[in-house]
Amino acid sequence: MDVSAPERQQGKSRGKAKARWLLHLFPLPALIIYALFVVYPIISAFTYSMYEWNGIARGAFVGIKNFLTLFQVEPFNKMFWNAFGHNVIYFVVEMVVQNGIAFALAYVIYRKIRGAGFLKIAYFMPRLLSVIIVGFLWKLILNPNYGALNTFLGKLGLEEWAKPWLGEPDTALLAIILVNCWFGIGFAVLIFLAGLQSIPEELIEAARLDGASGVTLLVKIILPLVMPSITIMTVFTFIQAFEAFELIYAMQGSMGEPFYSTDTLAVYFYRLAFSSSGGAGDVSIGLGSALAVVLFVIVASVSAVSLRLMRKREVQH
Amino acid sequence: MLSKISSRSLQYVFAYLFVLVSLYPIVLMVSSSLKTNAEIFTNPLSLPGSFHFDTYRKLWEAVPFADFLINSAVVSVTSVVLIAVSSSMAAFYLARFSYRWTGWLYFFFVMGLMIPVKLGIVPLFLLMKKLGLLNSLWSLILIYTASGIPISVFILTGFFRTLPVELEEAARIDGCNHFQVFWKVLLPLIRPALGTVVIINFIHAWNDFFFPLIFIQKDTLKTIPVGMMVLFGEYETDWSLLFAGLTLSALPMIVVFLLASRQFMEGLTAGAVK
Repeated sequence: MDVSAPERQQGKSRGKAKARWLLHLFPLPALIIYALFVVYPIISAFTYSMYEWNGIARGAFVGIKNFLTLFQVEPFNKMFWNAFGHNVIYFVVEMVVQNGIAFALAYVIYRKIRGAGFLKIAYFMPRLLSVIIVGFLWKLILNPNYGALNTFLGKLGLEEWAKPWLGEPDTALLAIILVNCWFGIGFAVLIFLAGLQSIPEELIEAARLDGASGVTLLVKIILPLVMPSITIMTVFTFIQAFEAFELIYAMQGSMGEPFYSTDTLAVYFYRLAFSSSGGAGDVSIGLGSALAVVLFVIVASVSAVSLRLMRKREVQH
Repeated sequence: MLSKISSRSLQYVFAYLFVLVSLYPIVLMVSSSLKTNAEIFTNPLSLPGSFHFDTYRKLWEAVPFADFLINSAVVSVTSVVLIAVSSSMAAFYLARFSYRWTGWLYFFFVMGLMIPVKLGIVPLFLLMKKLGLLNSLWSLILIYTASGIPISVFILTGFFRTLPVELEEAARIDGCNHFQVFWKVLLPLIRPALGTVVIINFIHAWNDFFFPLIFIQKDTLKTIPVGMMVLFGEYETDWSLLFAGLTLSALPMIVVFLLASRQFMEGLTAGAVK
């Protein structure tokens, strides 16, 4: 915040020229580790995508051929769009169910409720489990024969609703996404609540005095003011939806079973890059890297654009 | 007035019913681990009639859980320490000095917030192979450290900027060099932000299973999440054992959380809203 601070500091340290070069060592450890294990691999994925690969050895430079294969050759193109569609559904359902419920819960807590501390802890609990634990736990709960959900439906007299949730193409994807919502709601509640609590008290009071209450207050005053945390949560949800892998892998394996109905781009990527069931007959590092690049471009550009938009809106306030 | 009261009670019902949705599956997991298989199959919803701790003894024999626990602890703690040290040093430099390149350097670090590291997994795999780190906990430590740096530098730089410069100047006049100023004056002051950084990265390193899935093949080097996958392949029909495995893997994190839940939740959102 203090703009003049750095200059002042530099002036001070000019006298100790001897120790000054030591200063530049400070960012180096972080820089080296980050460059080597985050930046370098991502950049390499870009170059890898333009080579032919024979197993694990790099072959000839082929330009954009891998990308063309991905989008134009069967079964790769079908797999791509099938998985892409599932990523979109993932995002939309998470936005509506997870973030919708989370916002309502955060709003109830914000409007003062007894036991708010306990509620926050309770909602957050699922988020502490590793995604793989969440996946296995729900796989057991959703089991068609002995699972708790179908038994529960039976107890309610709704036997005909009972289903092999993860075994049918119609319900499998939705079941997984809802499990993901269960996992993520607590975190979303915290983000929304932090946004709500940062609204200046005076603004709400002033609006109340002007006669705004209930829905009007929420829609006209509160929602616009919590837009930053809504945008942040939207970006998080988007990134998460387009990287969806762990939960699906835990519950349905790397083939997106049944019949690829739960396949996503990241699962498909895993299949191409690490197992021989990707459709290429062998592990395909070139195609896998091409898919990684496409996915990277989708995620990075959407999050960059939305964060930019958010910053613009903030200036207008 | 009446409608106000009923909307209020609706809010209570909604908020507390959702507690059931959040907690019931976890309660089910713990209670099922104390049942026999027959009890799980005939009566999955009820509480256990009597407690069967046998399953846990069986689990202890079936998987090297102690190994998994130690591996998880070593990986998480080492990465978190490396992140805290390297990120706070970088953040100190970025917040307190302005050279031509500091703006770019900050941008370079923060750019990492938008990079899904998972997508670089193929080059990472080949890199680790070249470095001889496949089947070594170091592969995980280095990746968690590297991928935790962007968010940590972001949070810590922001926090450093809020600290008054006068403190450092006073220390300098007393004869401290940069390193001493950093170590003796600033580190104690940024403790709250460091807490946030530690928590965010600890949860991530402890729970991740993507990277160990790919880098660790040796059973004795597996971390808890990947280690537990073994159970699901081998004991598909022994549900009480599976539930015990899940409970045991979830337990350490839940205990840590309950001990420090406040710090935990404040820390998690601190970076996102500021």
